Amino acid sequence: MTDASMQSPETGRHAVSLTAADPRTIKRANAEKRFRAYGIIAIATGLFFLIVLFASILSQGIPAFQRTVVSVDFTLTPQQQEEAEGTLFKTKAYSDLFIAELNAELAERGITVDFDEAAIERLLGKVGGTIRTFYADNPDKLGEPIGFDLTASSRVDGYFKGRVSRDTLQDSRFLQLSDLDLVDALEEAGIIKQVFNWPFITGADSGVDNPGGAGIGASVVGSFFMMLVVLGLSLPIGVAASIYLEEFAPQNKFTDLIEVNISNLAAVPSIVFGILGLAVFIQFMHLPQSAPLVGGLVLTLMTLPTIIISTRASLKAVPPSIRDAALGVGASKMQAVFHHVLPLAAPGILTGTIIGLAQALGETAPLLLIGMVGFVARGYPDGFLAGFTEPNSAMPAQIYTWAARADVGFYEKAWGGIIILLMFLLTMNIIAIILRRRFERRW
Amino acid sequence: MNDMTRVERAVDSKDIKIAANNVQVYYGDTHAIKDVDVKIEDKTVTAFIGPSGCGKSTFLRCLNRMNDTIDICRVQGDILLDGEDIYDKRVDPVQLRAKVGMVFQKPNPFPKSIYDNVAYGPRIHGLAKNKAELDEIVEKSLRRGAIWDEVKDRLDAPGTGLSGGQQQRLCIARAVATEPEVLLMDEPCSALDPIATAQVEELIDELRSRYSVVIVTHSMQQAARVSQKTAFFHLGNLVEFGETGQIFTNPEDSRTESYITGRIG
Amino acid sequence: MPIIWLFLIVIAISAIGYLLGRSRALQSAGGDSRNLHSLPTFYGANVALKTVIPAFGLLIVWLLVQPLYVNSQVSEMIPDTAVKEGSSRSLVMAEVRRTADGLNNAVARGLLSETEAANPNADSAEVTQLLKEAGQVVTSDISKPVLLAAQKHRVMNATGYSVMTVAIILVALAGAVFSWFQTHSEYRARNVVEQGVRVLLLAAASIAILTTIGIVLSLVFNTWEFFKLYPASEFFFGTTWAPSFSGRGGASDLGIIPLLWGTFYISLVALLVAVPIGLFAAIYLSEYASPRVRAFAKPLLEVLAGIPTIVYGLFALLTVGPLLLGIFGDNGLGWMKAGTAVMTAGLVMGIMLIPFVSSLSDDIINAVPQAMRDGSYGLGATQSETIRQVVLPAALPGIVGAILLAASRAIGETMIVVLGAGAAARLDLNPFEAMTTVTAKIVSQLTGDADFASPEALVAFALGMTLFVLTLGLNIFALYIVRKYREQYE
Repeated sequence: MTDASMQSPETGRHAVSLTAADPRTIKRANAEKRFRAYGIIAIATGLFFLIVLFASILSQGIPAFQRTVVSVDFTLTPQQQEEAEGTLFKTKAYSDLFIAELNAELAERGITVDFDEAAIERLLGKVGGTIRTFYADNPDKLGEPIGFDLTASSRVDGYFKGRVSRDTLQDSRFLQLSDLDLVDALEEAGIIKQVFNWPFITGADSGVDNPGGAGIGASVVGSFFMMLVVLGLSLPIGVAASIYLEEFAPQNKFTDLIEVNISNLAAVPSIVFGILGLAVFIQFMHLPQSAPLVGGLVLTLMTLPTIIISTRASLKAVPPSIRDAALGVGASKMQAVFHHVLPLAAPGILTGTIIGLAQALGETAPLLLIGMVGFVARGYPDGFLAGFTEPNSAMPAQIYTWAARADVGFYEKAWGGIIILLMFLLTMNIIAIILRRRFERRW
Repeated sequence: MNDMTRVERAVDSKDIKIAANNVQVYYGDTHAIKDVDVKIEDKTVTAFIGPSGCGKSTFLRCLNRMNDTIDICRVQGDILLDGEDIYDKRVDPVQLRAKVGMVFQKPNPFPKSIYDNVAYGPRIHGLAKNKAELDEIVEKSLRRGAIWDEVKDRLDAPGTGLSGGQQQRLCIARAVATEPEVLLMDEPCSALDPIATAQVEELIDELRSRYSVVIVTHSMQQAARVSQKTAFFHLGNLVEFGETGQIFTNPEDSRTESYITGRIG
Repeated sequence: MPIIWLFLIVIAISAIGYLLGRSRALQSAGGDSRNLHSLPTFYGANVALKTVIPAFGLLIVWLLVQPLYVNSQVSEMIPDTAVKEGSSRSLVMAEVRRTADGLNNAVARGLLSETEAANPNADSAEVTQLLKEAGQVVTSDISKPVLLAAQKHRVMNATGYSVMTVAIILVALAGAVFSWFQTHSEYRARNVVEQGVRVLLLAAASIAILTTIGIVLSLVFNTWEFFKLYPASEFFFGTTWAPSFSGRGGASDLGIIPLLWGTFYISLVALLVAVPIGLFAAIYLSEYASPRVRAFAKPLLEVLAGIPTIVYGLFALLTVGPLLLGIFGDNGLGWMKAGTAVMTAGLVMGIMLIPFVSSLSDDIINAVPQAMRDGSYGLGATQSETIRQVVLPAALPGIVGAILLAASRAIGETMIVVLGAGAAARLDLNPFEAMTTVTAKIVSQLTGDADFASPEALVAFALGMTLFVLTLGLNIFALYIVRKYREQYE
């Protein structure tokens, strides 16, 4: 290699002065700025989607926590009841009494508005029937003033929440334009108003034609029983499997097979677990359909890989010196693991389990296949054991059921259900974060 | 110039390429480099020696502002390249690094072909007008990196597939390809075996004909073999700077002597 | 629930065994536990484990084997003549099981006496009527052979369960007594118990394999049944998807191509949204962002990954769909007819996948050694040149792996497409048309009222099989690429 054959370095390739920017440098600096901007745009877009998502959940879900009621103080004397029971159309008699009461209250407040029985029915449904049943069940309340909070129909509710407006309303047997005058008058009189919707939180699902009465309570209970099954099975099995793989498993083909299976199961679509549940638990083992037990079993199988992966990470984080110390004083390997390693890894395991549970709580697809949707969960289970085996729904399945129904009134319920679901998930995640912060140990 | 023997290395009257005056470097609260004054000459190999953690690498990385990528690092004082302050606000570190190239401790070829590794610098700086010119630059650089004969038949092979010594010479060729005026080498032979080290050292001696080379090394023998000027760093201070021959045979400072004779290190 | 009781009885036996074993060990050591080989609790645990493990093992095996045995025995009773044209033996067996369940329920509610239910001479029409009145689900008139088979089914099952109860209690007792006799001060209880625990741990780890086997078997068996009723070639190459709702076989077109197209198209749209956003977000977060921005933006983006898919489904159906319809619908550009479309589902799915892509890419970009970046900066490259020409090419295999993993997620995603993509199977290029996917059809075929033995329901298993093979293949490939990539820099 001789230098003689080479040209001497050409000077002037670079700008003479470092501070004088040549056009190429300016171009490159601009490219740099653009590239940086793409990154900022990407993050801003992601955050924008997040904001839109939450804005639409909140704006559309919060109305579900309000319901419109007509509250009227109503007194029924025993004579009135007797007279009403004597007539041919008994419920009409009660509703006439109610209308009279309503008129009196309006007059008292100096408001006049024309309405007839049909209008009341469109607003409140069969008021007469409701009142009659109440007094038939509670004869001791006769003669005392009772404050009735009658749920307004879903259209009236929609009028209050902006779903129905005077411009878009078309007269139908459900609601007519003239009824809105009555509603406005009642509102002015403070008779019709919005109150917090307890029945939504504590109640059960209603039929397909009654969005106003639908509640999420029963499906929260269903989800709760499912989570009990998932926790009761996936935590011990997951911890046991992780201990085996991390501490005892020999290096052989079988161990490899288990490892490969776990990592692949973690990526199997959830719907496939639903198929498994349908074929194995329902068709083969004949376990009851729609039962939280079956849902829990399917979700357990789905959550196990997540829990195993996080548990193994926490076990791995415990330094080998701890094991050596235990073995050094004559403990068996098993004692070293159960007395020392496992307690030290417990916070990490717990955190992973909570996150796994949160994932399972929000999972919907497998539940569709084992029959937890399309089905009206009318009430709470009869007892603790029945909670596992009686057909029930679960929160996400209930939300899906509502979303799939034709009546627009159910959409609000679905959004409201999502707020409740997200509140549960948020709580679980916050607990997990607190656990991690509080007990995290750096070796 | 390559007929110059090591006996004649005490040639002076060369241009000053880099002048550092009163340089301080802080890492967060740590004062890593204290009051360093150094003048690096053109077409000379300058060696920085000293025990580990003495700040020689840190100082080297100040010379082409590689420390900019570390958030907590602050540099005070003047470092002048051809009389211009490289820490001036208007200086684009990108332009600076094109003039002051760098070779790292561990060979770090990009996971690309040998050709693309060398062509990377010329491409980003727009040094070639067309493919033929780029080919020419690549060949010239590989020749200067003393690796052309070994790779000329497999320019499309990945650079990561070469041996350690070849990788390091490829990295030197890559640095040379951007036509730098100064080459900084941060312990370029510490990851290499003795034979590869010898090849790289021979190459450094050849590079001296065109560039100002600054080499950080933990091996005093290497400094003695390749450099004309030597700077001894200790605990962040520049203890002694002078002709290599003089530093190794007749050091002025007792710390330098202790280090060279192996009493500290 | 008798099995719960059986369960509790076995637990009780083992608890008593624990106490007895412990005290016997102490006794044999003369009351001084220092003379024992192991701690006293190990002797108790030894007895308890030897009671519980064989008993529960037997219980599980019995519960799995008995239905198979009863089915095969009963199935032999049904003459070939009883299997109608266009039907199959499995369909008849399903009816037998339903009738048997019906009889059981009728007896439980006191509508039938035990002797009536077992009467082989009972009139089948009368029984049908009775069961219908009792509110049991009976599809058609119960034929004589079916009734007889159902009665046999009932009796065999009832006998089976009583025998099982006795057998399990006996096994539990035998285990307890045997291990109690084993107990003496020299017995190495700790070693035995630890060996037993080890086996239990191994069993827990093997559940992963069992799950995979369960998935594969349930898919393979039912897919096989389906291909007996419907030709496989028409399923794989058919270009129309039109299941009939009433008929059993014949009338339905069950070609998977339109479903695969829908799946592919929606996933493509999702990836077109998620990959650029996720990748650029990852690049910015790992290369440019200050620690404060990173600590703020990264968890926020990851919130998107923690939101259940049902929420995204609803978001697609009720927010994004109408929004897109406003822009591209008849009042706007006129390309879109309804809110549910490929674009709606794809866009929302893309949002869901952003954090998935970004956090995977983030890990991968961080795995590129700093030396690579230094090498590039040392040559005077700007940060973006370094990223585009050095970091990204180095990280490319890993990023491809991450994208494949995201694709597999997109293909397997169910709720978003069920709610957001529409129900019509269509081979079309317009992304504003409603299309449907494999997952959505699995749901609709299995939640409808089709008989589980009809091709319309069984096709779901064939779809599930296709989905499983597709996602598994993608995953294995992606994990392989990612692993290769990691090894490169270790």
